[in-house]
Amino acid sequence: MINSKYFFQGFSCIKRMDSPAIALGCCFIAIGALLKNLGFSIQESIFSTLLTYALPGSLVMAESLLVGASLINIFLAVWLVNTRLYPMTVSLMPLLMHESQPRWKYYLSCHFIAVSAWLIMKSNYQSVEKENRIDYWIGIGTATWSVAIIGTIIGFISSEYLNKDIMIGLAIVNPVYFMCMMIGAMKTIQISISVILGAILGPAFYFISPEWCILYGGFVAGTIAYFIGEKK
Amino acid sequence: MTTSIVLAILVTSLATYSSRFLGVVSSEKIKETSKIFRWFNCLAYSTLAALIARIVIFPSGVLSETDYVIRIIVLTVSILVFYVTKRNLVYPTVFSAIILSLLSGYLG
Repeated sequence: MINSKYFFQGFSCIKRMDSPAIALGCCFIAIGALLKNLGFSIQESIFSTLLTYALPGSLVMAESLLVGASLINIFLAVWLVNTRLYPMTVSLMPLLMHESQPRWKYYLSCHFIAVSAWLIMKSNYQSVEKENRIDYWIGIGTATWSVAIIGTIIGFISSEYLNKDIMIGLAIVNPVYFMCMMIGAMKTIQISISVILGAILGPAFYFISPEWCILYGGFVAGTIAYFIGEKK
Repeated sequence: MTTSIVLAILVTSLATYSSRFLGVVSSEKIKETSKIFRWFNCLAYSTLAALIARIVIFPSGVLSETDYVIRIIVLTVSILVFYVTKRNLVYPTVFSAIILSLLSGYLG
């Protein structure tokens, strides 16, 4: 069903030099502590990471609960911040699809699409034959998902010992890690322009619409980068 | 478990999974050599960059209690550390957490 050789090859990504374990662990420790302070039980915190497994979405949920937002408002706020997963999925899954593999693998494993696993797969997919990429991907996804869940548990348990300064330190790890990973991925002109323009236009559109700035900024930056890259 | 928290978790996961699910549905018809694939590739990277830049410049939660100049300096120095250490990811991330914790404790 799942080829264990490729699964474990993918799973071992957390042991490598570009391992996402530290960054992911730190983020989810912060989430675990945050959820505990919000009044979540440990089961609810684990359940949340298990089912959502997308950091900005969990943060938005926590903030919305804090201000007492309705369920519809939570849905819309989370949907807005996680719509970025759509282009991420479309730019990853065609690389993994092979007619010899069953469809359910794709519909289940798309749950693992989050920045860290996605960036690792994007920079490593060429080292695996297309036929086996989905098993490799499930390995990466399982590894990062496990780190996230363990991080949540550690954060929940140790929340009393995490003061504000430590929480601030944990919160910066995520953007720093992702920014470095993205810079490492800037190997073509299209990706380089996408990253640089996206980083400028995302915050710039914040002045027009704080809710939609990621989507507007990302859409405009990505489209410009695409046309510049195609012309060359 | 209280119902409102459970419902909030379910709503959050549904909102998150829907984008992933629709992505797989669309992927069935997109070839990796096509123009639309390359366009989506650009969109994925630019949207991520937009999200990360927004987190640094207009954060929510605890990060908003630090000065934005400090956050940008820490991010810039971390990227330099990334280059100096031959693209090692552990040094810049650990460095950023320690420096920002200390700065926040010292200045705050």
